[in-house]
Order: sequence, then C-alpha cells, then structure tokens
Amino acid sequence: MSAIQESVTEAPVVEAVPKKAMTLGYGTSLVMLALLIAVPLFVKNFIIFQLTMLLIYAIAVLALNILTGGSGQFSLGQSAFYAVGAYTSAILMEHGGINYALTLPVAGIVCFGFGFLFGQPALRLSGVYLALATFALATAMPQLLKLGAFEYWTGGVQGLVVTKPDAPFGLPMGQDMWLYYFTLAISIAIYIFSVNLLKSRSGRAFMAIRDNEIAASAMGIDVALYKTLAFGVSAGITGVAGGLGAIAVQFVAPDSYTITLAISLFLGMVVGGVGWLPGSIVGSAFIIFVPNIAEGISKGLSGAVFGVLLFLVIFLVPHGARQGAIVAQHLIGKLRKN
Amino acid sequence: MELFTNQILAGIATGAIYACMALAVVMIYQAIDHLNFAQGEMAMFSTFISWQLMQWGIPYWGAFVLTLALSFAGGIAIERLLFKPLAKAPILTNVAGFIALFAIINSVAGLIWDFTIKQYPTPFGSHPFLGSQLISTHQAGMIGVTVVLLILLYFFFQFTRMGLAMRAAASLPESARLVGINTSWMIALGWGMAAAIGSIAGMMIAPVVFLEPNMMGGVLIYGFAAAVLGGLTSPLGAVIGGFLVGIFENLAGTYIPGAGNELKLPIALALIIVVLVVKPAGLFGRPIVKRV
Repeated sequence: MSAIQESVTEAPVVEAVPKKAMTLGYGTSLVMLALLIAVPLFVKNFIIFQLTMLLIYAIAVLALNILTGGSGQFSLGQSAFYAVGAYTSAILMEHGGINYALTLPVAGIVCFGFGFLFGQPALRLSGVYLALATFALATAMPQLLKLGAFEYWTGGVQGLVVTKPDAPFGLPMGQDMWLYYFTLAISIAIYIFSVNLLKSRSGRAFMAIRDNEIAASAMGIDVALYKTLAFGVSAGITGVAGGLGAIAVQFVAPDSYTITLAISLFLGMVVGGVGWLPGSIVGSAFIIFVPNIAEGISKGLSGAVFGVLLFLVIFLVPHGARQGAIVAQHLIGKLRKN
Repeated sequence: MELFTNQILAGIATGAIYACMALAVVMIYQAIDHLNFAQGEMAMFSTFISWQLMQWGIPYWGAFVLTLALSFAGGIAIERLLFKPLAKAPILTNVAGFIALFAIINSVAGLIWDFTIKQYPTPFGSHPFLGSQLISTHQAGMIGVTVVLLILLYFFFQFTRMGLAMRAAASLPESARLVGINTSWMIALGWGMAAAIGSIAGMMIAPVVFLEPNMMGGVLIYGFAAAVLGGLTSPLGAVIGGFLVGIFENLAGTYIPGAGNELKLPIALALIIVVLVVKPAGLFGRPIVKRV
C-alpha cells in the first residue's frame, strides 16, 4: 500500500494495577470465607451443587485472570484446557480406577504441559493474534475430543460417566456437601497460591511484561520464558478446575466444552474486573446465575441478555466488580470518618 | 486425475466464500485494528433477512440487493452505536464487545427464526456446469459472484475519490485527517462494506451448509485462517489466502486419510498456528514494527 513502514506504539493491554489492589484485606477475606463455609449448611442440595460449580468456575476465571491481568496475554481458548483437565480426571478415574482427589494434580500437570506447549508458538503472537489462535483452539477442541482414534478412552460423542465420590472417614454429610467443601478447600489453596505467585519474583516479571514488554526484556526478564510460564500456570489451574467440574457434573462429553464455555469464562473475567483476583468469584456468579435469570426473562433469549449485559458492563463499569469494590471502600471510609 | 481437478475446482468454489469472509475481516481490521469475531454471525443474520424477504415473495435477486443494502446500513449502525465509543478502549474491551455482539446476534436469530435447519435456494441451480461433471452451476455461480465483487471493489478502491479516502484513512489516519478526510466516517463505511461483503458470503454458502443460526462457525474460522495466511494488512492477500485455504481444505480432506469432515476445524486451527509461527505477517502483509 504505502512505502512507509508502519510503526505502532502499542498501548498496554490492561491498565497497570498496583499489587495491593489485586487482593482483599484480611477482614473482608475472613468474612467471605465464613460465608462460604456457612452457606451450604442452610440450603438445598441443588443449590449446594450450584455453589460448587460457582467455585469451580471461579477457579477457571482466576486462572484466566492470572494470564490476562498478570501477564497481559489473551486467551479465548480456556475451554480447551478445561476440557483436557476434565477428560484427564475422568479417564484416570474410570479407566485407571484412581482416587478422584489424586486425579486433580495429574490434570493440573497435564494441562500445564499442554498450555506450556501451546504457549510456545503463542508467545510469538500478541494481542489479536493470540486471541485468534486461542479462539481457533477452543472451536476445534470438541472435534478433537470426538476423534475415532481416542474413542476407547474418551467414549467419543457419548462421553464418559463419572461416579460421584462419597464423604470419607464416615463424615456425616451428603455427597454434594462433601464435594462442596472439598472444592472450597482446593479453591482457597489455589487462591492463596495465585496471590503469592503474583507477589513473587515471577509475578513481578509477569506484570513487567504486561506493562511494557520491551522495557521488561531490557531489565533482564526472559520474556519468552515468563510468557509461556504464565500460559502454562493458567492452563494448569484451569485443568484442575476442569477435573473438579467433571467430578461435580459426573459426566464429560465433547459438546460441554465448546467455544461458549470459553466465552463465558472470558466474560467472567471482564465482569469481575481484569487483574483483580477476588473479582473472579463475582464473575463466576455472573456466568452461572445470569443465564438462568435471562432464561427466566425470555426463553431462548439468554444469549442476547448475556450480550446486552456485557455491553452495559463495558460501557458503564469498564473495570468490572473492582470498580464496585473501590466505590464501596470509599463509602465505608467516609462512614468511619463521620 | 479427474478427482484431483474436481477437488481443486470445488476448493476454489468454497475458497470464494472464505475469500469474502477474509475480506470482510480484513476491512474491519484495516479500519480499527481489531478482529471482528462477530463477522460470521453478522453474515448469518443477513442471510436470514434475505430468506425472510424471499418468504414474503420477493424474487431472489431483489432480495439479494435489498439484503446488501440492509446489511450495509446495519454494519454502519453497529459501528456508530457500539464500537465508535470503544475506539480508544483497550484491546480487551473491544474483544469483549465483539463477543457480546456475537452472543446477541446468534441468540436473536435463534429467537426469530428458531434453530431448525432450513433449505436455502440457489439462483444458479445445481446442474453440472456446461455439461462437465467437474463442477456444479452453483459452485460456478459462487466463483462468478465473488470475482465480480472483487473487480468492483478493486475499481472502487483504485479509481474513486471515496476509495482513495478510505485507503488514506486506513494507512495514515492522522495525515488523512489533515487533508480533510472524515476518518471517523471512513471507519463506519468500512464496517458497512464489511457487513455487505459478509452477507454475500452468507447467501452464497447457505445452499451448501443450509440455513441455521450456527451455520457460519466453521466458515468464519476458515475466513480467519485465510486472512492470516494472506496477511491481515492486505485485502488482496486475504482474497488469495481465501482461495488457497479453500483448495487446501479440499485436498487435505481427500488425500490425507482420516482428515475428512470430522477434522475440518482442527485443520483450520493447525493452519492458523503454522502461518502465525512461520510467517506472522502472512504472505502479503507488512510486518508491524514496534516503537519503544
């Protein structure tokens, strides 16, 4: 077109977030924790199941948040990692007869490897290109899972049925409630791990890359390594969430892990606030409960309601739940002064 | 040998559709530097509109032209209402916007016309073309329509003031503004044209894949693959990429054992990744240089 070399000063993908702003204070965290522990004692089994799914999706959203909020990379393909994690757990449990709790670390490691390998080519891409490659990955995943060659292991289109675990040591609680507390324990562990990861040397390297890649490499950060590492960690955590999801739903099938799931997780991150880890649970609540509400408003229109809400978030509260939290903090601060 | 020629011609025919989609994607990419993930859904919606018009008794070509006009207006409306306010927002916000648009269009189409698969007419018939067994009249028609479209676009961009202004606005927006071009409206115009081109792709592929709200999923991925192969900064590249990808898809489906329809999407994925790794700028694109 023109002989002039196009030069682009690329704006950072997300705004710089100070480290402190990424977590909650101790008091708030404890209140949240108490709530999460107490709630299942008072509700029906179906709601406990939904709360379990809430935690599972929160883990997956958190994983995406580490990738995007932490290292500034995109992924529209988280459903692929979620699917690999789910299938790893399901296959180990059903074909290998391995205890469900032990399959989760394996799912995490397998997904870490998969993410790390996918990250190898992906790290050369930035912005829209990465979004495109991961979008294609998410679209292609169901077809890969249906392949005849793996049918013995994956059950093909039929998928696999997973048995639900009982509470161990004769604890007096139902399967749903046990699974909820089991998931809660893992969520908390992953949350603490993520917070510490982002505070560590590696986390600072992620954020330096996010804010300015060239400056980061000038400071001696191995950009390629840390970008793939962020991809791998994010995929690994998503894999654990996928494994938990398979146990909770008791079923894995290729068509549960379509691009729609990837889009949901992405939305969860945007709604919760990019780079604000506690927002993950808000985002997760959004993607679990809003479709139900939307279907209540009009059956078949849930996608549209979803989309409209997303536009509202983008236009009105571009920083998602974080913005809400900041406003709340100011209000509380004012009240205290009075 | 006959099978080979047959597959090449069939590849060119589907490639024509991919070329249109890729062109639509590239037009918007040129204008605003973002990939339109909702391009396929926009095309699907346009196709449904043309189907509805035909149900109301309007003849095919009348519906075709009306749909083009409506899609053009729709594309401009989407840009003005939704994406103009996001022009300065970070990439992430824009991606979220495209995803939201995707969800809205898909769901609204499902609500209005439901998810059952519908037959879509072809104006060309599906007889053998000119008595040969190699290619059907519809496939020939697809190629013909695309070629006409490309020639018209070429003349528009090369020989009209408006085309020149659009090219100027895409390559150096600030300088274009200094010589008095309304760059903001050039972007809207780009959206309108992309929507219209996409609608042609939709109306041409609908007799093959049948009409339903999810019909464009695979086509869009191949359109992306074509755009990446040709280079996201080059409209000509996108078109050539489209034809190449179409031929490649057909040959891979025929000659690689086990790579039939069930590997359609993974092949596109592999293609995208290989191109991005080996030659990120595509065959005809310009490499982007970053300023520190």
